[in-house]
Amino acid sequence: MSSNVNFYDPGADSALEELEEGTGAARTGLGRNGTSRRAFIKGIIAAGATVSAGFMLHGLAGCTREVPVRGAVERLISLNVNGTVRRVDVLPQETLAMTLRYKLGLTGTKLGCDRSECGACTVLLDDVTTYACSTLTHTVRKSQITTIEGLQAANGDLHPVQQAFIDELGPQCGFCTPGQIMSTIALLKSSPRPTREEAQMALSGNLCRCGAYDHYLNSVMRAAGEA
Amino acid sequence: MAKDMMSGFALYQPTDLKNALSLITKFGSDGWILAGGYDSLDWFKDRIKRPKAVIDLSGITGLRDVRETNNGIEIGALTTLTEIHQNSLIKQKFNLLSEAAGKVASPQIRNYGTIGGNVCQDTRCWYYRYGLDCYRAGGNTCYADTPQGLNREHCLFNADRCVAVSPSDTAPALIALEAEMIVVNQTGEQAIAAEDFFIGPGIDIERMTVLKPGDVLTTIRIPNTWAGAQFYFEKVADRNTWDFALVNIASAMKIKDNVIIEIRMACGGVECVPKRLTVVENVVRGNPRDEETAQLAANSASRGATPLNQNHFKIPLMENLVKRAIREA
Repeated sequence: MSSNVNFYDPGADSALEELEEGTGAARTGLGRNGTSRRAFIKGIIAAGATVSAGFMLHGLAGCTREVPVRGAVERLISLNVNGTVRRVDVLPQETLAMTLRYKLGLTGTKLGCDRSECGACTVLLDDVTTYACSTLTHTVRKSQITTIEGLQAANGDLHPVQQAFIDELGPQCGFCTPGQIMSTIALLKSSPRPTREEAQMALSGNLCRCGAYDHYLNSVMRAAGEA
Repeated sequence: MAKDMMSGFALYQPTDLKNALSLITKFGSDGWILAGGYDSLDWFKDRIKRPKAVIDLSGITGLRDVRETNNGIEIGALTTLTEIHQNSLIKQKFNLLSEAAGKVASPQIRNYGTIGGNVCQDTRCWYYRYGLDCYRAGGNTCYADTPQGLNREHCLFNADRCVAVSPSDTAPALIALEAEMIVVNQTGEQAIAAEDFFIGPGIDIERMTVLKPGDVLTTIRIPNTWAGAQFYFEKVADRNTWDFALVNIASAMKIKDNVIIEIRMACGGVECVPKRLTVVENVVRGNPRDEETAQLAANSASRGATPLNQNHFKIPLMENLVKRAIREA
């Protein structure tokens, strides 16, 4: 049973490579054998995911019997992610964060708490923020999903918000940054010139364990001037 | 990792209420009704609730809007908390509810969390949420009400074996506004006063609301009785976002020539149900709005409280919130 269900889709390899090209890390961070650090780490994640997926399916063998249920959702669905429609095989109980990270290779969306308590997995559904860890993928089939990977321009230029976060030295460790940026994007779409208090409210659903909140708010205010 | 993977279930996405009801009836206690999902998915990930079928109501469009009616407004149960917070009709007539909705959890949760889900959510007592076999979970003990129990967040009033509290911020507002909850099942429709919608452990220790398997909360009606009254809502929690209220207060007052002619007040976080403060209402009705009345109201609010080891602080907290509600609305 586990052989025909891939948690890590090998077909996404090429998608991953496409993703790597043009990112700053890939251009500058090439290792000795020509692979970037990020591609190497992703390879490790992929290998791990395959193993743990097998383990999970094994553990679930009793309850995920592949008996088609009348009227229940189809597993093969199309998702509109970052402007591209992608076909993907999604379990009924799968969260959007799992689909994005482990099926579509979009690992920019982070999984922190997996309990909608940290904000690292924040993505946009039709320009509205949500926690991808607590959203069933099947409930967003009709939405335009935007992740951090969908922000940069086709030529690789960073989105003005991303650039503002760099210029203001917003992130410290960087783990919560994709979520903070997605919340900022949603804020600036609904209110292009927010006050600092409005920015605080808009980012209040994103934790930063480094405590770089003030730097993030500086970044938002800079982006509001430029975006 | 395994703990974070949900058990398998069949997911149904009906597009009309009739289909949803027949699915809900068909699966009974093996089914689970999903709205925004922010509470449901935690239960599934912790493997404490393992439904065979999940019925996602989010595709039923008729349940997600705010309508003006002849004698008030109707809110579909799937309306998100952000929508309620920002809705101009609600702001204009019942700003109390708008404020309460804006204080729930975090922006992301409000964006997809629904008013129906917010009032129907289960208690947050961590012993219960952890999956222990407490009274509420069908067992025969309470882990919070023990000498070692961590019960700082638990109840002051009407404990009956279970000492859990109502976690909702919008529920006290709905009680203060005399809202009606429309509950639908396959046999028909029923309107239940918000105050009677919530039930304590004395009535049924395993449920927080009157909803039984097969029932769906579809609509919340708010009559014009309190439209444009003087409102006060305040939530006190350990953190400004995400956190559930230690105590929250919602009140609606009608004042004429500085005399309180009519008042309705409800308090969350102090009892298993949002507590309607009828004693306070009776004490202040007809009195001038001044410091003396506020003090009188505060003293009467906590009458009968039986604090647990670690939640004595909730008594002055509740009294002060009542005082502010009278003084500052």
